[in-house]
Amino acid sequence: MTLAAELKDMSPQKLLAPVLSAFWDEDASWTLDVYRRHEGYEGLRKALAMSPDDVIAYVKESGLRGRGGAGFPTGMKWQFIPQGDGKPHYLVVNADESEPGTCKDIPLLFANPHSLIEGIVIACYAIRSSHAFIYLRGEVVPVLRRLHEAVREAYAAGLLGENILGSGLDLELTVHAGAGAYICGEETALLDSLEGRRGQPRLRPPFPAVAGLYACPTVVNNVESIASVPAIMNRGKEWFRSMGSEKSPGFTLYSLSGHVASPGQYEAPLGITLRQLLEMSGGMRPGHRLKFWTPGGSSTPMFTDEHLDVPLDYEGVGAAGSMLGTKALQCFDETTCVVRAVTRWTEFYAHESCGKCTPCREGTYWLVQLMRDIEAGKGRMADLDKLNDIADNINGKSFCALGDGAASPIFSSLTYFREEYEQHITGRGCPFDPARSTAWADHRTEVNA
Amino acid sequence: MTTSSSERGVSLGMPELPAPAYPDDVRARLEADAREVIARYPDSRSALLPLLHLVQSEEGHVTRTGMRFCAEMLDLTTAEVTAVATFYTMYRRRPSGDYQVGVCTNTLCAVMGGDAIFEELQEHLGVGNGQTTDDGKVTLEHIECNAACDFAPVVMVNWEFFDNQTPESAKRMVDDLRSGRPVAPTRGAPLCTFKETARILAGFPDTREGAVEATGSAGPASLIGLKLAKGEAAPARVVHPRGEAPRGAPPHEPSPTEHLSSHDAPQDTSASDRSHPSGPVAEEGE
Repeated sequence: MTLAAELKDMSPQKLLAPVLSAFWDEDASWTLDVYRRHEGYEGLRKALAMSPDDVIAYVKESGLRGRGGAGFPTGMKWQFIPQGDGKPHYLVVNADESEPGTCKDIPLLFANPHSLIEGIVIACYAIRSSHAFIYLRGEVVPVLRRLHEAVREAYAAGLLGENILGSGLDLELTVHAGAGAYICGEETALLDSLEGRRGQPRLRPPFPAVAGLYACPTVVNNVESIASVPAIMNRGKEWFRSMGSEKSPGFTLYSLSGHVASPGQYEAPLGITLRQLLEMSGGMRPGHRLKFWTPGGSSTPMFTDEHLDVPLDYEGVGAAGSMLGTKALQCFDETTCVVRAVTRWTEFYAHESCGKCTPCREGTYWLVQLMRDIEAGKGRMADLDKLNDIADNINGKSFCALGDGAASPIFSSLTYFREEYEQHITGRGCPFDPARSTAWADHRTEVNA
Repeated sequence: MTTSSSERGVSLGMPELPAPAYPDDVRARLEADAREVIARYPDSRSALLPLLHLVQSEEGHVTRTGMRFCAEMLDLTTAEVTAVATFYTMYRRRPSGDYQVGVCTNTLCAVMGGDAIFEELQEHLGVGNGQTTDDGKVTLEHIECNAACDFAPVVMVNWEFFDNQTPESAKRMVDDLRSGRPVAPTRGAPLCTFKETARILAGFPDTREGAVEATGSAGPASLIGLKLAKGEAAPARVVHPRGEAPRGAPPHEPSPTEHLSSHDAPQDTSASDRSHPSGPVAEEGE
């Protein structure tokens, strides 16, 4: 390959693959008209021409995996719904996006809500559901407005309601706003919340596919997973599988944030690396270097600059000791105190712990006490082992994944930055100046110089 | 109209009497709304979260009267309703301001400047976390991650996005809110009051002209990858969306159409400041 060809290969045009985000730069991108101009609802027409079971099989063969964090195959989730059981079936879309660092579903729903609605109609046709719900976190009113409007448009155009596109399919879609609780992103807590209760996780089994909403078979999928289905139906599973890897096929939204030159959304085939994303987007902010980052939100063990070339797909990130999660790439530079960062995340988990199980409720509380002491220079060396010990008593021993998430930043930061913890203890305080980490730090430095 | 037990302190005597009901006209109006909400769900109890938003839109916070109303509409006990209302952070339990100003202080926003914004706003407004200014306009809070990390640091006002904030822009914004000047978010519709926002959350679409399309299709950060993929220049980072940039910043933001390689040009940082040769570049490796 010539150098020129190689360079071309590494160009953003080659490395990125906007599908869901392809027309966000157009006027009124959230409207039905604009969506239709971009082959909107064509995937639905193709799906309705197939049998529901064939749609499930097709999505399964496409290899689409859940984009909400766990990466479970979407088609398989649909297949688990028992058919001919005489009970109503439900589709619940998890739009509770609250994992620290995660910011993909909110811009997607703001700019392109119809991709989700089309995906919902296809999914409900496949699993034989006549009522679907979008559980949107409450704290994003601009997105709620656009969902209300998009659902109204879809009903008016006969894409929701009775006898959709003459297919005989009836579907009600209810947009439901949450009320501020991170735990409701956990699928069984979300179902309890949607039933009008405190959002606390349920014991599994039974799984939602058997006894979900109102104890009926229920599919709970992330926004991006469902929104990816129309493009798969319209452009084909082979097209989808031509991107990414064998086990992690397709495109996805990567969210770059923090001390980078160009934070934002980057839609690319699975398996792109952070180095590639940074190189095309201007790198870290000028004059600084990467210190630590999360591959998929604060609940995924952190990485350092040693991991710049880890392929960002389910297997690649897993093999490197973390999880792809929500592809929330929060990047922190050398001005950032890792103890401060982990303390704040830990405070978040303690605040959001629902209180149902003891390891998480008590463990996160004590982690916060230790972390605050260490950050303030009042810690002792033995506290570091105690941190590890408490995190170990939460991890894998809690009712739901919130506990595991709370342990992740503790374990990973102690692995990579134990010295920095020790500095806080021996130096009796934090050696970092938080003012240098701010978005405006370098401007201010100049003013004060 | 009603007072919650938390405002009166803990009473150790007689059990609390049932909350007073809404006046008949208010009740009739809310009941019609509530029936519309309940009809959306196969099981009426699912309407509880929206109904709590609805009663919050009536009084600005969830009162005992509001909870009694929810219980009656859904055939629940007030204890069941209270258990739910106290679990979720978006339900206020005491009277608050017309504008809820929430500063994200989760890790990424905090590090990028959210902590500084929150500190300066507390000082500027003379209130602490969860407190309201004397004029009843602004309630200040720190909030958790609001799914806008690529726009950090983020401030939410009545749950509309104010992206890429600085202490200066945030202080100007709260001053505008208190003096009644119109304030528009970077993403979202021109601000309405907290009560009006709660009504949208209860599931009643915003009917104001232009509210849905306000601020366009997507924020600048949402478009960065798309523009790169299309071979267009990435927009330069918008740091100061509201009014003038802070002291010392260049007088003009770089043009949004600036070429991608503009990051290689001399930057406005101490690294390119000749009078200050040992800027961050030299410090970082030490």
